Amino acid sequence: MSIANAAGRPRAAARIVGGVGFTLLLTFIGLTAVTFVIGRVMPADPVLAVVGDRAPQDVYDLVYRQMGLDRPLYEQYWRYLEQLSRGDLGTSIMTARPVLDDLIRFFPATLELATIATVLGVFLGIPMGVLAAVRQGQWPDHVVRVLGLIGYSMPIFWLGMVALLVFYANLDWVGGPGRIDVFHDGIVEPVTGLILVDAALAGEWEIFDNAVSHLILPSLVLATFALAYIARMTRSFMLDQLNQEYVLTARVKGVSEPAVIWRHAFRNVLVQLITIIGLTYASLLEGSVLTETVFSWPGIGQYITTSLFNGDMPAVLGGTIVVGVCFVGINMFSDLLYRLVDPRARA
Amino acid sequence: MSADTHQERPPRTGLRTWLLSDTPASVAQARCQRFYLAWLAFRSNPIAMTGLGIVAALVLMAILAPWITNGSGLEPELGNRLQGASAEHWFGTDQLGRDLRDRVIWGSRITLYIVGLVGIIVVPVGLLIGTVAGYVGGVVDNVLMRITDVFLAFPRLILALALVAALGPGLENAILAIALTTWSPYARIARAEALTIRNSEFILAAQVQGASTIGILYRHVMPLCVSSVIVRLTLDMAGIILTAAGLGFLGLGAQPPTPEWGAMISTGRQYLLDQWWVPTVPGIAIFVVSLGFNLLGDGLRDVLDPKSGR
Repeated sequence: MSIANAAGRPRAAARIVGGVGFTLLLTFIGLTAVTFVIGRVMPADPVLAVVGDRAPQDVYDLVYRQMGLDRPLYEQYWRYLEQLSRGDLGTSIMTARPVLDDLIRFFPATLELATIATVLGVFLGIPMGVLAAVRQGQWPDHVVRVLGLIGYSMPIFWLGMVALLVFYANLDWVGGPGRIDVFHDGIVEPVTGLILVDAALAGEWEIFDNAVSHLILPSLVLATFALAYIARMTRSFMLDQLNQEYVLTARVKGVSEPAVIWRHAFRNVLVQLITIIGLTYASLLEGSVLTETVFSWPGIGQYITTSLFNGDMPAVLGGTIVVGVCFVGINMFSDLLYRLVDPRARA
Repeated sequence: MSADTHQERPPRTGLRTWLLSDTPASVAQARCQRFYLAWLAFRSNPIAMTGLGIVAALVLMAILAPWITNGSGLEPELGNRLQGASAEHWFGTDQLGRDLRDRVIWGSRITLYIVGLVGIIVVPVGLLIGTVAGYVGGVVDNVLMRITDVFLAFPRLILALALVAALGPGLENAILAIALTTWSPYARIARAEALTIRNSEFILAAQVQGASTIGILYRHVMPLCVSSVIVRLTLDMAGIILTAAGLGFLGLGAQPPTPEWGAMISTGRQYLLDQWWVPTVPGIAIFVVSLGFNLLGDGLRDVLDPKSGR
């Protein structure tokens, strides 16, 4: 019904898309401006990084001009934007490869981890939130609330460490750090870069199982925050709906309680949950930095931190931009979807 | 016996009646009443009281650190390396033989320093930008809020990482990076408040009397926006502590031998398998303190805004 509503008023929809698009553009300009400034205030001299500190003065001057450092700032920024729009994120000092190529290699690992964590958060968090709302003020509600606060307060890098100690080192229930055991490494031809998908495509079910046993712990750890957030928001949205008159009407009409909860109240919550899930997904893509460090997960977060310690600024900034673009993109997309689907958000 | 207690009670009852009177005689009394009523509501909320207890314990620990520790927690004592818990070392010792209890206690000062400094930077900046945008309106509002939106949309941890990369690792730089990525929600809140205050009659009265815009902002608008900003800060404290600990864990925040909890976990990580307590104890400290701030913030919000206590 609500979708038909938006479609019936193409002008309103166009205005919403235009508004979100404008914010998106502005945010990208801001993001690139910040990374540009960070790249320039970096204490190390970018020219020295290229020519080395023994280069004679005339070589230094030449490279200085070639890199455009003698031009005014706005011109340098414009050139920077041009480079970015060509997908040129510069060359990594550490690997001597284009930063974009490196990122493409590391990105699937992060994507796999964040996706599984979000799925876990959604499938555990939503039922918990609904249960808490339906049993408001009773013990399930208190349990969910306390679990939520614990999830919010947990330093996930520490939780990951302790989980590794207990479930890998002591109990040996799961695989250790890394995406896969060493002797399985490199057997499956990378097609998508997502090990689960690649192994399934190749029919290598042993490798698939191994990858799952490596993935389960980091994704559960990463999902803690998502779970807490989604459960809390679901509970609060559900309470809003359950106090509405249409729910009372349905109950008076004799609709069964599960039907009232899931078919009536939950349906109206679903739209709001889109935004929450989008936000969670984006923040997990970003927040996986710490989890990746603990689990030696070869993803973008680890790439950024290793580059950081090697003073590889193009790699750090390239990673920041790619994560930033994904983050902003997912947020804006879920915002857009929400506004298009829910007529109440169109004011 | 009972007569004695009756004699003792009147002054207390007097204070209570004064605090609960329906007809306050002075502004001061009205203010005290407001706080007292809020405190009564707050006190009946066990979650909030637990949070308050944890935060109070943290502050006490930080203040009393020189008296309740056996040293600065910085000098290595290699003869005592990696000892388990004992009467002398409650939480054991770390890889350099330093007492973990002492280090956790000294670390509470650093945690408070971090949240305090972030608060001191973030609250005035957010208040200033938000109230100016809300009160002045028009183009100024548009420009300021667009900038706020841009910062609001940034991925925070990654941006903090990049900033620390540029500024160099260190506690102060980590604090600066966190502050730069957290001020935007405060500007939004302050603006929303300023928008409702702007059309009040007392503001009109001040304008008619010829008060300057800066004077009105400073004397009338900002003080009224402070409380909601402070509640938000309490709710954000745990997040700030976790981000700072995360940066410390990555080696980008406080540097060893500073007893910052995140950095302690990072340096103790290699002893996890055999001396599990070395990285575990500071982690528990981080968890308890951020739980404390979360409980406190949750309770404060319940008390100050019953509608959102869902």
